This record gives sequence, C-alpha cells and structure tokens, in this order.
Amino acid sequence: MNAAASILAGCKPMTRREIAARLADDIPEGWHVNLGIGAPLQVADYVPQEREVIFQSENGILGMGPAPEPDQINRWLINAGKQYITLRTGGSYMHHADSFALIRGGHLDLCVLGAFQVAENGDLANWSTSDNESAPAVGGAMDLAAGTPRLWVLMEHLTKTGESRLVRRCTYPLTAVGVVKRVYTNLAVIDVSADGFAVRDMVPGLTLEALQQVTDAPLRMVR
Amino acid sequence: MINKIVQSMAEAMAGIRDGSVVLIGGFGSIGQPNALIEGLIEQGAKDLTVVANNSGVGHVGLAALLETGRVRKIICSFPRTADPVVFEKLWREGRIELECVPQGTMAERMRAAGAGIPAFFTPTAVGTKLAAGKEERTINGRRYILEEALYGDVALVEAWEADRWGNLTYKSSARNFNPVMATAAKLTIVQTQHIVELGALDAEKVVTPGIYVERVLYVPYGEPTVT
Repeated sequence: MNAAASILAGCKPMTRREIAARLADDIPEGWHVNLGIGAPLQVADYVPQEREVIFQSENGILGMGPAPEPDQINRWLINAGKQYITLRTGGSYMHHADSFALIRGGHLDLCVLGAFQVAENGDLANWSTSDNESAPAVGGAMDLAAGTPRLWVLMEHLTKTGESRLVRRCTYPLTAVGVVKRVYTNLAVIDVSADGFAVRDMVPGLTLEALQQVTDAPLRMVR
Repeated sequence: MINKIVQSMAEAMAGIRDGSVVLIGGFGSIGQPNALIEGLIEQGAKDLTVVANNSGVGHVGLAALLETGRVRKIICSFPRTADPVVFEKLWREGRIELECVPQGTMAERMRAAGAGIPAFFTPTAVGTKLAAGKEERTINGRRYILEEALYGDVALVEAWEADRWGNLTYKSSARNFNPVMATAAKLTIVQTQHIVELGALDAEKVVTPGIYVERVLYVPYGEPTVT
C-alpha cells in the first residue's frame, strides 16, 4: 500500500460515474453546458430529461441528446467524441465558426473538462503531458477553457502513481491561465478562489487533514 | 445561364496547382468529402498544405491523400483519430509539417479570411505554448493574442443538397467546417448527395449561398460508415 492509499484507508473514493452524478446535481435547469470528451460526457446521463439543461457539442450542435437505439442511428450526427448521438426536440445545428463564436463569446453557462493538473491559481493543464512525445493535438480545449465563464474540472484527485493533480503550479503544458472555478474529484469538491483551493465537501470518512496530506497545494474549508 | 454543376471529377479538379492550400471539410469522417479527396489524388497536385480538423482515419479519404506524400504541411486542431496510422508514421519520420491550431481559432481564421478580416485578437491559447511568437495585447484588462486569417486556394466541401447556382444545405453535424471553408477559398468545389432544381431549396434554409461556390459534383454515396 503506498502512502496515499494508507492515508485514504478510512474513506471510500467515488467512482468516475459517481463524480459525474455529483457534478450533475449542481447543474440547474436552463443552463447551456458543454461537456468535454471522455469522463465529462457521462455527466449528461445524470441530468434527468425533465430538468431542461441544453448540452452543446463543439462540432455544431445545441441540444445534444443521449445515444440512439441501435436501429435509430443518424450516421450524420456525432458528438465531439465522434460517438453517435441524438438531437433533442428544440435542438439546432450551426457551423464550426458559429459554434466556437458561441463558446468564445461566453454564452455557455458551464463547461466541464477533464484535466491532468489544476493549479491553485486556476491554471489548467489538460491537453498534453509532454513537449515532444507525440504530435500535439489540442482540439477545442483551449477555446472552451478561455471562452467559458464557468469552467469546472472533473478528474481523479491523484495520478495512478499517487501524485496530486491539484498543484501549486502546473508542470504540464497549460491549456489556459486562471480559468478553473471548481474541481470535482473522487475525494472532494473544491472551489478555486482568489486565495487558493477551498473545499466545499468531501467523501464520508475523509478529513481535511487527510485530504491535505494527499494534495500538493494548501487547502481550507469554504468560508 | 449559370450552371456550376460539372459532369466529371476531372472537370471538378481542373486547375488545382502544386503548392496549393487546400481546405478540407469534415469533423472526423462526417462531412468529409471523400470522393473529392480521391479526385485530388487522381489529379496529382503536390506540395500541398492541407487544412482539416483531423488527420485521417485508416487508409481512406484524407489519410489516403497524406499517404501519397504530396502533402507538405497539415494545419489541424486534433491530428488524432481512431486509427491515425498514416499521419503518425509521416510525422514520426519528419515527412510532414504540423501546425496545431486550437479548433475555434482555426475556424475563426477561415471565417476572417472569407470576411475580409486579415487578423483578429483572441483569448484562446493566451499563456500557452501555442501562443509562442504571437503578438499579445491587453484590451480592457484581458490578454489576447493576434491570429491571422487563413486563406485557401481550394476548398473541398461536402453538401447534402445543391442547385445549379451552388446554393447548399448540409446534413446534421456534417455541416461542421464546410460552410466556413466555402467562404475562405478562391475555388470552392462541392460534392453533394442531391442535386435539386433551382428554386427547390427553401431560401430561408440555404446555409451556403451560391456566391461562395464555383463547382458542384453529384456524388450520391449514401451514408458514412465510419465516424
């Protein structure tokens, strides 16, 4: 058992799906939301249809609905992760320049992205872990991060080797500077405030002291 | 009588020169004009710069064009797909230049080109390595970088319906980069699933007005099979 695991022995970290469900609880009706590819896309599964939240997909879709039944696939309709999806009643299409004008113009209420690291000043690193290992591929991450007024990150608290993903300063290449407003991890929900990370809530059985021991930047409870 | 509908691929590809900047529509394989890409391979133009969101899947379409070795440089937001074998090999061997551009910046650079805007300030990529060497300015307290318009010599576009004036509609999310690329190139070549009579398209629903289109080729291929 590594050091982090023994510190966390008294609590049960959330699964990816449980984090997605926790985050979904905080999205009110009426918001327009972009979900990043990967784990953030699962958030949509936990927003009930009767709570009208409008999901945007960067490839020109407003009002994205769930995956279709196998015999109902529209082969011209995919999301940013290139999976088949549906369009909700009331949904609309736009071209790419309009889609990113919408994003950059600050019209979305929320964007949820995955991340490698989030720094206490709100810096985000989520597109590359090295300078030259493979061809750089940024997609829409920088546009979403710079353009959306409210950016939440959904990620594991620790790397596979037990290092904190919440850091004082990002060591991976930045996606955007000072943009993250809140982080949902498998251990806690943490705001990024003007004076650093502020814990909103933690999984049962976890103490602030234990969370601090596995986090590389100072934590305090939300005041 | 204006008639932009051409009868053959050779006619559609006529005059594309070596060294051209070629804008290719599509997001993944959806909305990617594969027949026109095959036509460009057959036509033989080389030393090309290709602008496309992704870098091709397997060995078909855009990947097949890259595989010919006639693409000197690709400008692209996400050179990864389910199966990016061709691009990865070329890139590792140093046989293709890559300019990685944030997706929205790429779209806006082409919108600017089509709209007579030579450059613009954007908040995207400020403070990141993709801003290296770019002019930065603070406007009303926020940092922005200067991005230049991205012009095409040729745009290859996939439409759903077209008429002889070149008015176009698109299908679902296959719209993606196609309309903005159509505005940004000197020569816009369209493949379309349906040709309709002039007047058959609802004027309220035309997405690309014919002024942006030079040539239309009828390519009824059915449904895309990969994403």
